[in-house]
Amino acid sequence: MTEIQTITAPKKILFVNTRAPYGSSMARDALDALLAASAYEQDLSVLFLGEAVFQLLRNQNPKAISMKNLAATLPVLPMYDIKQIYIQESALSSRGLSIDDLVLPAKVLGEDEIAALMDSQGAILSF
Amino acid sequence: MKLSIAVYGAPHSSEASESAYRFASTACSMGHALLRVFFYHDGVHNASSLAVPPQDETQTTQRWQALAVEFNIDLVVCVAAALRRGIVNTEEAERYELESQNLAEGFEISGLGQLLDAAVNSDRLVSFGH
Repeated sequence: MTEIQTITAPKKILFVNTRAPYGSSMARDALDALLAASAYEQDLSVLFLGEAVFQLLRNQNPKAISMKNLAATLPVLPMYDIKQIYIQESALSSRGLSIDDLVLPAKVLGEDEIAALMDSQGAILSF
Repeated sequence: MKLSIAVYGAPHSSEASESAYRFASTACSMGHALLRVFFYHDGVHNASSLAVPPQDETQTTQRWQALAVEFNIDLVVCVAAALRRGIVNTEEAERYELESQNLAEGFEISGLGQLLDAAVNSDRLVSFGH
């Protein structure tokens, strides 16, 4: 197994979230992976697609289903130097949501902008 | 091309590990370098030495082991996902005073840093089972 290498230029890495916050542990696992990645000084971005927009909703109360509140952890992302946070415009509008319903200031992107974002990355991890 | 793979699905209940294996095997046979297969989420079940599928069904764990030996691939299992699901090596079994270990030979337990390392040091990282 190779050790984590120190490289001169950070790589652009996009984390793509596609899943709802509960019902599966994938959203939490994606967040764990993102927070772990923040320690390696790469150029990280995160994109919320489709059902994943629900991860960012205010006023979640998953205690009722014995789960930890994801939306309580997501606002720490900027403190971990993860400031490029994107959300799919159509995912918000088709669910009757707006940016004001979210716990994080995410940049809203149309489909063409999402394609351009993905195209600009050195690696994409999807969850 | 240098590739890495992330597997998020358990064998038998998800098609993810079957698709991942087919992709890995084909890529290797075409001459691409496969740096690492990282097992995360339910994918950690791929590394269980205690699974006994019927003989006429896919022997998922053995197949990964054989591919890793033939093409010198890292098979890395995320420690946090593995502990939650009861996949442990000898070291973790001792640490948590468990009655046995069940990490199949050829797999190793490590942290999420290995997933990021795969993304950084591969030309492409392909995820299966998200």
